[in-house]
Amino acid sequence: MRIENAVARGRPVTIHVDGTPVGAFAGESIATALLAAGIRRLRESPRAREPRGMFCAMGACQECVVRVDGRAVTACTEPVRDGLSISLVDAGR
Amino acid sequence: MTAPGPERFDLIVIGAGPAGASAATEADRAGLRVLLLDEQPAAGGQIYRPLPAEFSPREGRAPGPDLRAGAALRAALAGSGAEARFRRRVWHLARGFSVFALGPDGVERYAAPALLVAAGTHERVIAFPGWTLPGVIGLAGATVLLKSQQVLPGERVVVAGAGPLLGAVAAGILKGGGRVVACVDLASPAEWMRLAPAAGLRPDLWGQAAGWTAAFLRGRVPLYPRHAVVEARGPGRVAEVCIAPVGGDGAPRADAPVRVLRADSLCVGHGLVPATEMTRALGAEHLYRPDEGGWIARRDACLRTSVERLYVAGDGAGIAGAVPAALRGRLAALAAARDLGRLAEAEFARKAAPVRRRLARTAAFGAAVARLMALRPGLARTVSRDTLVCRCEDLTRAEIEDAIGEGAREINQLKSWTRCGMGPCQGRMCGETVASLMAARVGSREAVGQWTARPPFRPVDFEALTGDFTYDHLPFPPTAPA
Repeated sequence: MRIENAVARGRPVTIHVDGTPVGAFAGESIATALLAAGIRRLRESPRAREPRGMFCAMGACQECVVRVDGRAVTACTEPVRDGLSISLVDAGR
Repeated sequence: MTAPGPERFDLIVIGAGPAGASAATEADRAGLRVLLLDEQPAAGGQIYRPLPAEFSPREGRAPGPDLRAGAALRAALAGSGAEARFRRRVWHLARGFSVFALGPDGVERYAAPALLVAAGTHERVIAFPGWTLPGVIGLAGATVLLKSQQVLPGERVVVAGAGPLLGAVAAGILKGGGRVVACVDLASPAEWMRLAPAAGLRPDLWGQAAGWTAAFLRGRVPLYPRHAVVEARGPGRVAEVCIAPVGGDGAPRADAPVRVLRADSLCVGHGLVPATEMTRALGAEHLYRPDEGGWIARRDACLRTSVERLYVAGDGAGIAGAVPAALRGRLAALAAARDLGRLAEAEFARKAAPVRRRLARTAAFGAAVARLMALRPGLARTVSRDTLVCRCEDLTRAEIEDAIGEGAREINQLKSWTRCGMGPCQGRMCGETVASLMAARVGSREAVGQWTARPPFRPVDFEALTGDFTYDHLPFPPTAPA
């Protein structure tokens, strides 16, 4: 899934998604790291309770909101950091 | 404790894409003290977004034309005296002008007698069944994944919608070693050919088009002109994409055969919509111009809005593309310098003339591309009744139609009645679908109107806004003795 032929990425880092370690590279957004790890479903919609994932990929739609240290952030605009602890948001919880 | 006063400039530019960055550079040359603010970590906007600072191009890989143009833009800005501050989210504006931003260290306040909004666009995606499934992403977002993040949107990707982003995304996936299952284009080959006369003045574009064609032939990408996505199916994430032939207005033909494609990702976009929340919030007059993307601030030839000393530039002032955006940014900066009394009329005319001449040469192609990306009214008409239209509040077309049936005649009335457009995206994702549906009932987009723009323009972290707040900081007068 990562395009390997064009660039050298930043140093490897590990993020934790609901407690599970996921490998990523410095410079990637949380959304990119999750996409590359095959995690598409990031939250549940508030009323219909349907799965949602990254949609606009530029910080406008708010569909990719995850929690980092309790703060709600858009995964597509937030860079990964080593040791980052992310929880996926389920509506109503 | 009293809050520190705002930091003052002659001109504040919001948005560091081609328009904003060129404007800041030009304003600095004209002798203005200028501040440039952007949410991203670097200048370039979405079109010229650089690689993350931690990434480096591999040896022997020549950067593409967008990376080169972006590098030139950033070099010119860095070489100027303009003050550029990044990772700043502007969340509120007041006339005069006051600018409220949230930066890495918290709240910032700026003030200037002139303000240029170069806020760019967001993508139009007209709703269809299954468009909320994980794995469906916007075409513009896909370019960010491919160009900057260097990641493919999926293993088997359907690319669909309208305009040059189709070619850019499909070619980017092929170049990155991915598989494009199909390229599904609303336009006919004849519509694309109508770009040819205007593109005649831009040889660089012919090279790009030839590159895409060659990549498509090499990658054996099936092309479906005059087709649209009518459904994405799960379960849980995209597994199938259904497409059907459409007419020129984007509506599937009655009894049209539906083709089912197996895919794990769908990149789809129906054009770009100018971001006008800032000019709307400041009370500027707006006009509905479908051939320029939709609602835009009314502007004169030098990008002045109806509000004194408020200027617009870039695609946020009407879709025209990156090259005209940069030129309009420069023109707006010169107009601001003149209106502030810092550039004499003769000097202004001398500096503006060559910019205007270049703008006239590039504008035809920009307008032709914008027309290709204009809203096709048939797309929304075919949204099924149980399709979710408002993603934030999970509202279906039926719920929206019912509210219109009960008497909602204007978009903010609909918002109050249903919560449509009231969620975290502030109507950016559903607005075009909702307004199309409503316009079909009340007569015109002008009658439908625009969402009322209110701060914060984007969600902001309340804790970051208040900072290390305690009640001891509040200057309460001592209570009177009982």
